Amino acid sequence: MELLRLRREIDFFGQRRIATILSVVLVLVSLGSLATRQLNLGIDFTGGVLLEVGYRADADLGQIRSDLAAAGYADAQVQNFGAARDVLIRIPPRETIDAEGVGEELLGVLRAGGEQVDLRRVEFVGPQVGQELTERGGLAVLFALLMILLYVMFRFQWKFAVGSVAALAHDVIIILGIFSLFQLPFDLTILAAALAVIGYSLNDTIVVFDRIRENFRRIRTSNAQAVMNTSVNQMLGRTVITSLTTLLVLIALFLFGGEALKGFSSALIIGVVVGTYSSIYVAGNTALALNVSTADLLPPKKETANDGAVT
Amino acid sequence: MNRYPLWKNLLVLIAIVGGGLIALPNIYGADPAVLISREGQGEISEMEADSARRALAVAGIEILGARQHGNSLLIRFDSVEAQLSARDLLKEQLGPAYSLALDLVPRTPDWVAALGLKPMSLGLDLQGGVHFLFEVNTDLVVAKRVEGYADDFSRRLREAGIRRTVQPLEGAVRVELRRREDLEQAEDLLAEIEPDLTYDSGFDGEGAWITATLGEARLRELRDNAVSKNITILRNRVNELGVAEPLVQRQGLERIVVQLPGVQDPAQASRILGSTATVEFRMTCYEENALDADRLGRAPLGCELQYHTEGYPILLRRAVIADGGQLVDARQGFDENGQPAVHVNLAARGADAMLEATQENLNRPMGVLFIETKRELDERGETVLREEKTVISDAIIRGVFSSRFQITGLNVVDARDLALLLRAGALEAPIFKVEERTVGPSLGQDNIDQGMRAILVGLFLVVLFISVYYRVFGMIATMALAANMVLIVALLSLLQASLTLPGIAGIVLTVGMAVDANVLIFERIREELRNGNSPQASIRAGYEKALVTIADANITTLIAAIVLFTFGTGPIKGFAITLSLGILMSMFTAIVGTRAVVNLVYGRRRLNRLAV
Repeated sequence: MELLRLRREIDFFGQRRIATILSVVLVLVSLGSLATRQLNLGIDFTGGVLLEVGYRADADLGQIRSDLAAAGYADAQVQNFGAARDVLIRIPPRETIDAEGVGEELLGVLRAGGEQVDLRRVEFVGPQVGQELTERGGLAVLFALLMILLYVMFRFQWKFAVGSVAALAHDVIIILGIFSLFQLPFDLTILAAALAVIGYSLNDTIVVFDRIRENFRRIRTSNAQAVMNTSVNQMLGRTVITSLTTLLVLIALFLFGGEALKGFSSALIIGVVVGTYSSIYVAGNTALALNVSTADLLPPKKETANDGAVT
Repeated sequence: MNRYPLWKNLLVLIAIVGGGLIALPNIYGADPAVLISREGQGEISEMEADSARRALAVAGIEILGARQHGNSLLIRFDSVEAQLSARDLLKEQLGPAYSLALDLVPRTPDWVAALGLKPMSLGLDLQGGVHFLFEVNTDLVVAKRVEGYADDFSRRLREAGIRRTVQPLEGAVRVELRRREDLEQAEDLLAEIEPDLTYDSGFDGEGAWITATLGEARLRELRDNAVSKNITILRNRVNELGVAEPLVQRQGLERIVVQLPGVQDPAQASRILGSTATVEFRMTCYEENALDADRLGRAPLGCELQYHTEGYPILLRRAVIADGGQLVDARQGFDENGQPAVHVNLAARGADAMLEATQENLNRPMGVLFIETKRELDERGETVLREEKTVISDAIIRGVFSSRFQITGLNVVDARDLALLLRAGALEAPIFKVEERTVGPSLGQDNIDQGMRAILVGLFLVVLFISVYYRVFGMIATMALAANMVLIVALLSLLQASLTLPGIAGIVLTVGMAVDANVLIFERIREELRNGNSPQASIRAGYEKALVTIADANITTLIAAIVLFTFGTGPIKGFAITLSLGILMSMFTAIVGTRAVVNLVYGRRRLNRLAV
């Protein structure tokens, strides 16, 4: 069975202009949103207290809010978490450093009305730890990009390295942008997902580059765009199938993995879709814009002789 | 023809069978259990075990089994609900002298356990428990050390008849001499007492000065020692809490991670672990009037003004007879009036001092000072440490005693907590909680169930898809996928790395990505066939040409995973570990593993077409 039996090659790079405009718009909107709306950072980054509790019956959020406000926690964010019985309470960091027993205190407030409340999860993060985490997270993303840039430069060529890193930056910015635009909660697991997307999207890019390199050596033409187009077409089957299998498991994770993994899996789903697109357009277009040519990919002298013998 | 040499086939076989065996303990699952241990770690007797069993039977809670586990008794249940209600019931029935911990006990059969094989350990988010991150404040240790030097210097200079003022500074001691001519002698003397310090000196008008500075290396050593000692004390305290498989580990320079699986009362654990409480035994200045001192706000020479927990002022001598550090044992108990008390046992040095003090001060009152270090913000918003001291008892000495006596008047602190703290030892430097994560046992079980369901559904969808899409080759890829899962589980069991919820997510993601290697190979084979190559040649070319691509693609993903591991903390690390293991294993199963099977199926015959 084959999903994609193409009679003619699709002219991917013919529509470069449209793709470029789309990418630029997406990146600009993302950056704009990040600048104005910022990210809805979770307590992992900001510090504070998070409490997840389970009620025996559907929880009355309004009542919980007013109870907490009466106890001096007017700044508490109260929301359902997955089910109507499960409630998530977030309290921003306070001046008092010693958050000793805030969890117990909150639980006491909730139980004061005689309701059965199960403690499911308490997280307390000091503001200092949160700040360190933010710095380390940013550093991790930059460091990963740098290492990848070096590896691709070593394995391919700098124009490809710039292309792949441009694609990765594009993906990460758009994921962050979507989380910012819709103010989805951004916690530690989302950061992990963003880094996993870097790995995944790169995987895609490298596979396409690999074929481009092979074709440049085989086809010996000056028309770089034609070679890249052929390569993307040849790899289209694989790109689509792999994205599909990955999306299948991610959708399983989103639907069945529970509330705790919802954010994580949705970030990855966005990442896989954007990453697949970017490894075709962003990575290839950047390399084309840098005038990538056969000469860039000619292997060292000795191998050229072998190649010549085969063709 | 496509054939593998025997050694390659054997390698695949051994890897799969060996991996399967190592992964075996994981299929049996685990029972929720309650671990009962006695305060102070005496063995649980057969009689005590029987009464616990009876109590559970009366309440209608079914047990799967009970057995000795070291000094503790381990009772297994068939559900988390039964475990929780049993814990509550036993807590009430057995009283405060026992500590109860929740645990998950693997159901591994004896013959598997006899091979030394263990299942993966589960992270706190899967089995429930508390995670703390403490920060050690070592500034106080440095300040105390500097004060120690200052006291020493002052005493030795006085003994040598040199007139001076000695002042402790931050990381240094400043000595000011009245007479210039004393400088040389003073310098020699100080260098003799503490040769490790860096000295600097000069003249200043009539007099002279010397500063003694602690070098970088010395400071680092002091701080380092303080953190190490704190870890030891925290381990003692954790053991006293009776937790099944605790983890106490240093993180970075001045932080300590404590993980307590199964602990459900983070408030108590946090109070005990973080407590800086200690006690000092001192004589009172009985001949002075404490009320006068209180009114004046000034204590007479050699005395210190403190307050009793009931509010009245007391004058204590500055000299300490013994402190918490000299205790060898402390037990909770009751005094002759039935009031809670802590029975203590002093080490030899403290006991001698105590004997002497009680002989000299018969029928005079002795005070017990309770000291706790609290962290607060000062008016500039900076963190300051403040010692909170209260006199918890000021009883008259009725008889001479040395090593054994009791502390009464414990209304302010729980006798049990104080006994535990004194027994485990005082922290070298105060610690503060900077992070806490608690997961309830029901959430842990939910996480396991949902994670497993996500894996199974994801696996099923992928398997269905590739089997339809690549037919025989798809089924071979399915086998590789299964082998990949087995090998990941085997490696996790072998490394005894904890499986966390993000770790499960990593496995799920691996399922999706592991197929990629096979997709690359199979697409290549199809391409070769389309180009008119023979089936056998296409298989060979497909595997060979796809290899470089797979390696390049996987190495870049590995780079991202390794960066995640290096920069990440707990939950992120779990994800990075399973993702990297998954990628590495998939390189083996998807390339070598599938090729071995493909060769077995197709390798020995002439083919006209391939089911790919």
